[in-house]
Amino acid sequence: MDKTQPVPWVPTTLLRVQGLKKHFGAVRATNGVDLDVMPGEIHALIGPNGAGKSTLIAQICGEIAPDEGRIFINEKEVTATSAFSRARLGLSRSFQITELCPEYSALENVILALVLKTGRAFQVWRNPRRDRGLIEQAEERLSRVGLLARSNIRVADLAHGEKRQLELAVAVARDPKLLLLDEPMAGMGAEESSAMTHQLLSMKGKYGILLVEHDMDAVFKLADRITVLVYGKTIFTGAPAQVREHPEVRAAYLGDEHVES
Amino acid sequence: MTTTALPAKLTRAAWLGIAGLALLLATPLIASLTGTPYLINLVTRFVIYGLAAVSLDLVLGYGALVSFGHAMFFGLGGYVVAISSHHATDGGSIFGWAGSQAAVVVWPLAIACCGLLGAAVGYLALRTRGVQFIMITLAFGQMVYFILVSLQVYGGDDGLMMNQRSHFPGIDFSRPITFYYVCLALLVVWTLLCVHIVNSRFGMVLQGLRQSERRAVNLGVAPMPYRLSAFVISAMGTGLAGVLWANFAGLVTPDMASWTKSGELMAIVILGGVGTLLGPIAGAAVFLGLEQALSAWTEHWMIVMGPVLVIVVLAGKNGLFGGWLGARNG
Repeated sequence: MDKTQPVPWVPTTLLRVQGLKKHFGAVRATNGVDLDVMPGEIHALIGPNGAGKSTLIAQICGEIAPDEGRIFINEKEVTATSAFSRARLGLSRSFQITELCPEYSALENVILALVLKTGRAFQVWRNPRRDRGLIEQAEERLSRVGLLARSNIRVADLAHGEKRQLELAVAVARDPKLLLLDEPMAGMGAEESSAMTHQLLSMKGKYGILLVEHDMDAVFKLADRITVLVYGKTIFTGAPAQVREHPEVRAAYLGDEHVES
Repeated sequence: MTTTALPAKLTRAAWLGIAGLALLLATPLIASLTGTPYLINLVTRFVIYGLAAVSLDLVLGYGALVSFGHAMFFGLGGYVVAISSHHATDGGSIFGWAGSQAAVVVWPLAIACCGLLGAAVGYLALRTRGVQFIMITLAFGQMVYFILVSLQVYGGDDGLMMNQRSHFPGIDFSRPITFYYVCLALLVVWTLLCVHIVNSRFGMVLQGLRQSERRAVNLGVAPMPYRLSAFVISAMGTGLAGVLWANFAGLVTPDMASWTKSGELMAIVILGGVGTLLGPIAGAAVFLGLEQALSAWTEHWMIVMGPVLVIVVLAGKNGLFGGWLGARNG
């Protein structure tokens, strides 16, 4: 942050993680994580395999309870809040391995997310598959990720890259404030990966995004800030340029090809 | 048309359902033409078990909740009707209530009791998943079974006779054909209700939970209210089947709530096609029909029935009719 400029107010964070710790037996999966995501920013989380990224994500979503530390969403403490309540507070996510309803069509998956967004899902009077308004909204969402032509295909029959795109569409269908993307480029070819990068760039500014990704080209293209996680500990947070320079980060994680240039 | 309408997946199932209904409607006629009046009794059994199977399919097929204790609702529904009839005729009053034989009083009472039991059992059992859920529902089912066995006032092991079928103004339930049509009408109404539930927003979320619980939860779904509601609705439908069975057989026994009955209901659903609603009705007809035919031939009819079940399950996960009915509707 530029110190010559006055800071009029402290912007509220969308996500704040303080001193988070979690161990499984002797394994310290999360060993002191501090992290925050600001509105509209893409904050990338990088770290070698086994650094504890997945465990951290699971704690932020509420699937695993931390041993120590606190988590805030929109400055509201959620450390002990259930996963579905966190979703209702504006947290949405994609999964490292696609989690969609495999027997539903692409359209139905988006309709499901839209129905749940309305908060009027617990009723038996209306058939969501015949709801014109819902269908049109869902189709609009699908066309944004280029899947409109595939809307009636069952998810189980979609190609891998299409599933990843659909998962993104489902995750943002709720109009979340905060988006957790757990390796959105996992298993994608170079072309698909760059399409996804463009997709994410076009979404930039609409959501606060915490991006976990191994594809360093994508990370450096997308991220406003990068946090480096090693052995369950956040060792550095800074702008992409700073991360490139940081000696400890270079030693711990980055290959030489990313350090130069 | 800019909007691609979702394919109406139920269309073929709906036609098959209508064909099946026409067949069921014509059964008394067929019975009288062929001079086989006992056919009506057999088909009444199909219809009653079909009602229970449709109800079980709602949780088993659409919620992936493998309830191994559903017979407890079948038994409870039957016992509530039989007990109130018993007090009305010769048992004296119970808790200051003289008992009743009026269907409009006793049937809703029985269904409500099953709903309450379903809520209590479901609330506890739904805290678990998978094998634990199966075991807990089984345990509750056995509890109900042993309670019924221990009710010496109501016949204990031998069960309780019901001297008269329930009364309903203007309709004589004691005539087999009339009672058959009553059962059939209830089956149709209940099945349409279940189809409606499955296709509703509630049903969409319930099936979403089955397909990917993590995805649903991360979209803001609290699983318990959905699963518990489905469980309670299912318990009430199974209870209604028990009510009809008590009236049909004129006798309730603890066996109605035994774990073998739960297994039988599950076998019917699997045989007919899990998650098809209509399939389990046909499954009931096939299961009970086979049972009837085989038990006339040998008392060890299970020796044949067992392999038949195994073959059906191995041949395809959709049961006998799942393929025709377009498998699960999502």
